[in-house]
Amino acid sequence: MSLAKDFFGMLAELIRKWGRFSWFAIRLVAVTPRALRKPRWIIEQIHNTGARSLVIIMLSGLFVGMVLGLQGYDLLRRFGSTEALGTAAALGLLRELGPVVTALLFAGRAGTALTSEIGLMSATDQLAAMEMMAVDPVRRVLAPRVLGGIVSMPLLAAIFALLGIFGAYLVGVVMMGVNAGQFWSQMRASVELHDVTEGVMKSIAFGVACSAIAVFEGYHAVPTAEGVGQATTRTVVVSSVAVLVLDYMLTAALL
Amino acid sequence: MTSSPVIASLSGVGYAIRGHRVFDGLDLPIARGRVTAIMGPSGTGKTTLLRLLTGQLQPDRGRVEVDGVDLARLGVDALYALRRQMGMLFQNGALLTDIDVYENVAFPLREHTDLPESLIARIVLMKLQAVGLRGAARLMPAELSGGMARRVALARAIVMDPKILIYDEPFAGLDPIAMGVVLRLIRNMNDALGLTSIVVSHDVHEVSQLADQVYLLSEGKVIAAGSPQELHRSTEPMVRQFLTGGEEGPVPFHYPASDYLGQLLGAEVPS
Repeated sequence: MSLAKDFFGMLAELIRKWGRFSWFAIRLVAVTPRALRKPRWIIEQIHNTGARSLVIIMLSGLFVGMVLGLQGYDLLRRFGSTEALGTAAALGLLRELGPVVTALLFAGRAGTALTSEIGLMSATDQLAAMEMMAVDPVRRVLAPRVLGGIVSMPLLAAIFALLGIFGAYLVGVVMMGVNAGQFWSQMRASVELHDVTEGVMKSIAFGVACSAIAVFEGYHAVPTAEGVGQATTRTVVVSSVAVLVLDYMLTAALL
Repeated sequence: MTSSPVIASLSGVGYAIRGHRVFDGLDLPIARGRVTAIMGPSGTGKTTLLRLLTGQLQPDRGRVEVDGVDLARLGVDALYALRRQMGMLFQNGALLTDIDVYENVAFPLREHTDLPESLIARIVLMKLQAVGLRGAARLMPAELSGGMARRVALARAIVMDPKILIYDEPFAGLDPIAMGVVLRLIRNMNDALGLTSIVVSHDVHEVSQLADQVYLLSEGKVIAAGSPQELHRSTEPMVRQFLTGGEEGPVPFHYPASDYLGQLLGAEVPS
């Protein structure tokens, strides 16, 4: 009895939250045209969320690529086709690992920063003060951050994939002795434009999801130290799950 | 434009938060050009009252009027337009922490006007000079003391030349010197700029020196109104307890609890 009650309580809470998020998303979309008129604010946010995530993205990309190189080499050697390593690494990185791992790292690095920044702004009355100055915080603070995230994400994913391919090259060609010509020519022969666009589209979708979730959690955080902390945790959890679910849906739709 | 002596008013306002009645039939007119203080014990909804007055909250019933306009009838854009005529000073200043003092004061100008940079600089420096902080223009909010932060927030609140300035607890947590400075600033701003000032506070001493008109709130109602001198002459027990800071009176020192002796003897842990 109490189990059923708990279940329906959770379900109701989930639906309520989804409703609040949808309403919030509509507000964000509604103010976007006005936010686009001040590109400087968006560029600032691309710097904050994008440029400042570069180091972690590049480092992770390199190592993910190197692991791909090792695993791919070992697997392909069994079939005697190690020259396909370049293709395997490029396809894996461009279509899946690049967008997904970048989005997960983005949620952890930039998403948490966004949530805690906005949560603290709300806790210290900065957002209320803006409203009193007749400035809509959704347009002035939230929308530029979301737009910045949407621009940053595909760029970061591209850099991730680039470094990943370089990592696979280091391991496959330099360490394991795969022929460099075959590594590159096979990759160029079999990677097609739609493989790249699939990755870019996924990245854009993840960019929308991760940044919207991060600012939503910050904006609706309980304005206390504990509340902001919890909201930050929720950002990582909800964004990560959203990225993985979206990834499945997009892969199914785009393949 | 109307020039009635009342610039803003709450009439018959009722407001409840999660079933708890904060206001029940509150009437509170605010006179143009005066310093009006709203006082009352903590938890009587003083901040809620300000939020009603600025349209951040909507009353359950009754009317809130500013400059002859019923706030409930305004759309979002009209409400924002009205707020440009109101400046508000938040308790801790609420400065934007990622930009410096100068940019904080310039913020409303940049948002609402297309003034050239040289003119913005002149306006900002004049407002900072008025609060005595022109030299602090390039400091970040984190480098300011509490009193300085509040003065910067005051400069920001007057940068659009509002008609009404609202102060939420302007004296809370300030040292005596900063308190005196803020007190004189509120009075001078009001008289020099021809503003109407609304001060929410529970600092009896400061308010007595500053205000032209005082409303004392308790349990969602105005229990006393008049000049500070009139209030000090009042014999109403509630008013006396508040003004003299007495522990005994209509407002009890103890939060409602079960029988003291019984709880000690039973040594039950409060549930």
